[in-house]
Amino acid sequence: MARTREKGQGGGNRSLAAFARGARLAVPVVMGYAPVGLAYGVIARQSGLSPAEAVLMSVLVYAGSAQFIACGLISSGAAAAGVVGTTLLVNLRHVLYSMSLLPRVRHLSQSLLALVAFGITDETYGVAIGAFPPDERADWREVAGLNLVSYAAWVATSLGGAVLGERVGDGARLGMDFALPAMFIGLLVMQLRNRIAVLVAGVAGVVAVAVAASPFDRWATVIATVVAASVGTVLEATGRGGASGNPSQGDGRPSAGPGRAAGRLRD
Amino acid sequence: MRISVLAIVVGMFAVTYLSRALPLVTLSRRQMPLRLKTWLVYVGPAVLAALAAQSILVSGGKLALGKENVYLIASVPTIIVAARTKGLLLPVVVGVGCVMILRAMGVAG
Repeated sequence: MARTREKGQGGGNRSLAAFARGARLAVPVVMGYAPVGLAYGVIARQSGLSPAEAVLMSVLVYAGSAQFIACGLISSGAAAAGVVGTTLLVNLRHVLYSMSLLPRVRHLSQSLLALVAFGITDETYGVAIGAFPPDERADWREVAGLNLVSYAAWVATSLGGAVLGERVGDGARLGMDFALPAMFIGLLVMQLRNRIAVLVAGVAGVVAVAVAASPFDRWATVIATVVAASVGTVLEATGRGGASGNPSQGDGRPSAGPGRAAGRLRD
Repeated sequence: MRISVLAIVVGMFAVTYLSRALPLVTLSRRQMPLRLKTWLVYVGPAVLAALAAQSILVSGGKLALGKENVYLIASVPTIIVAARTKGLLLPVVVGVGCVMILRAMGVAG
């Protein structure tokens, strides 16, 4: 961090200009976060979280879908380990994003990388791979502009939703309780890249509903996810399912393989 | 601030941050096994389908498939809009709007 601070002081105006360039990259991310952050804040309140608890989750976790899921699980009284385990499974995709970004930021210090990593989300990742060429060293000040503005937008809109949530009153009358299932549908549809992915989703849905109606209901999501993702992996390994968009078809190079796989996750 | 919620949030932070930071900070030159990469890719659709199915089809620990399940009815336009827009905002607005209208019409649930 000492090194980065020196750099920042060294080229004051140039650093600011680079940060501003990064902040401009964040504009579509902010537009995407605003409604989702507000919805999160409202849903968190209706799931029984206090405003402080709702905002703390945005400050520390900073992962939209996992936060919505946690709200649902907490309100249904799920075990803490189940909530954390589900969060891990939901957020494992960040491993792919992180690996894919590596060539662009490898030149940065370990401590700076530790900070950059916190800002990785579906949206900032998507912007970053478009804005920073994979074979060039990204300017850390631009990365900081993108990440900090996006993060600030997420926390601010969550806070707005959490405050608003108290005034919405009977959210069910307005159908607000369906925002969470609808969000899952939207996120799921984005993930359905090929036939295997559709099959995986079908298996996961059936297993989840079956387990949810059993005494192991708290682990329904984790069990369904592990089973279905494993089925998908086996299907792909045995070449069944006719996946034209084979998600793991890398060329063996660490920089290109995961990048492509992760790219297919969201393009 | 309840301690139980605080513990959950800190646990969520830990697992989320590790998945973001570990590859970037430590795995700079190592390669992930192909099977693990494939598995990670399918975790996305798997977990979201599991969550969507439960939130729509399970009510009070029981399967709900009747026409009084407004979530199930509202899912149809939501899926159609999601497939067409590939975004999040519009499916949520349409879904929430459908549930609001169905309840105003007196459909139970």
